[in-house]
Amino acid sequence: MTETWKAVESLTYEEAYAELEQLVQRLEAGQQPLDEAIRLFERGQALIRHCQALLDQAELRVRELDRSLGAEAEEPPEEAAF
Amino acid sequence: MAFEQLDLFPRAALSVSDLTLYLRNLLESDDLLQDVWVQGEISNLSRPSSGHIYFTLKDEYAALRCVIWRAQAQRLRVALQNGLAVEAHGYISLYERDGQYQLYVDALRLAGEGALFQEFLRLKARLEAEGLFEPARKRPIPAFPRRIGLVTSPTGAALQDMLNIIRQRYPLVEVVLAPVSVQGDEAAGEVVRAIADLNRRARPSVIIVARGGGSLEDLWAFNDERVVRAIAASQAPVITGIGHETDFTLADFAADLRAPTPSAAAMAATPDGAELRHKMRQLERRLASALGARVQDERHRLVLLRQRLERLSPLRRVREDRQRLDYLSTWAAHHIAGGLRLRRLHLESLRARLESLNPRAVLARGYAILQRPDGQVVQRVAQARRGDTLHAHLADGYLVTQVESLHSHSAPPTDGGSHDGDLESRRVAHL
Repeated sequence: MTETWKAVESLTYEEAYAELEQLVQRLEAGQQPLDEAIRLFERGQALIRHCQALLDQAELRVRELDRSLGAEAEEPPEEAAF
Repeated sequence: MAFEQLDLFPRAALSVSDLTLYLRNLLESDDLLQDVWVQGEISNLSRPSSGHIYFTLKDEYAALRCVIWRAQAQRLRVALQNGLAVEAHGYISLYERDGQYQLYVDALRLAGEGALFQEFLRLKARLEAEGLFEPARKRPIPAFPRRIGLVTSPTGAALQDMLNIIRQRYPLVEVVLAPVSVQGDEAAGEVVRAIADLNRRARPSVIIVARGGGSLEDLWAFNDERVVRAIAASQAPVITGIGHETDFTLADFAADLRAPTPSAAAMAATPDGAELRHKMRQLERRLASALGARVQDERHRLVLLRQRLERLSPLRRVREDRQRLDYLSTWAAHHIAGGLRLRRLHLESLRARLESLNPRAVLARGYAILQRPDGQVVQRVAQARRGDTLHAHLADGYLVTQVESLHSHSAPPTDGGSHDGDLESRRVAHL
């Protein structure tokens, strides 16, 4: 019954936030056994910490689209500071 | 007077009409003046009921009176108004009555911004009819973009403004800049290519097409049909932030979201970090209170369970048994007491009956009881033999007697004399 969760650190802000919102709703519905509720709560706290850390530590990454024609491969992850 | 002196060699004077006619012929015989485009700004526009249109074309230094005859006026496609820059085509001639040369206009088109605007409206109508601006086509802007594609000038202030806003609001996002020139002949083609390249190579969550403020001509690239179609065809939703609040380009109409300025476009593309933190705190509170409520529920259920458990406890059984025992013993005590009374009553009546059977009472009335020395009461003659010692109990004592003879009252038995006693008693009786 206990679902397996992805490691919090691997989640994007969007994913973490969406999961957090859904988790809070589930916990508010209160259908799960207490140990499950506590598990959800702890997961929720971890998600919140992760989201806050993401916001706190984020450095805007700006790069210029490599327009060289014929370069069919995906963009190299080079970053330019602006 | 000087005039008098000139008259020394008099020449025939021309009438005003003659001179005017002369001038008119002069003007009308000039090829350039008979087929000319003149550019200027409309002023003194007058539309009398005759249907002809009169106005003055002017520029900074000069003015030209113009007339459009009713026939041409009716075919006119341009809404004339004062201040409108136009290019008028026609011929120059002379209005003799006023001595006024003027342009007789047979064609008219808007010049400069006026012409651009007309073109704008025509193109807009065409693309609108094609459904490119349909609200149903608009896609939602993702709340949390992962990558924002920026189509703008790499040197413009607009770029810095947008980067500042994005950095401040949602630095989690990655920005991919597709630098383009935003005005000039190259602009439209570069913007089209930038949108296509971004979609293909960077797969952004959203694309911002932006340009700082400028004249309508400066913004003209964003009215280019190719740009409009590129925006409509973009896989990623497009936000436009072109010019100022009051500027509307066709790109704006085709965009999924039109922001009034580049900065506003950057805001529209990103969630507000402060708001996110606020929401996060709200979620944190909800999370805590949800668990709190859950624990409270659990506590309540625990209390209920404890009560149920206590009802089932052996201690309670013992207590209950004791209570039942108390009850029973009270009941029993009550009923036993009643039983005793009853028994006493029974006993009393038995005693009375017994008393009534007291042989002594009989003896008192003069009867005697015969008893053999072994204690056996003698009720019949056959129970005694001659010579037996018998005790005769009387009311106040007893007599020891000896049987002298036996006399039975009853008739002799019919059977073969198996009862010795009877024989004996008969014998006594006959004695």
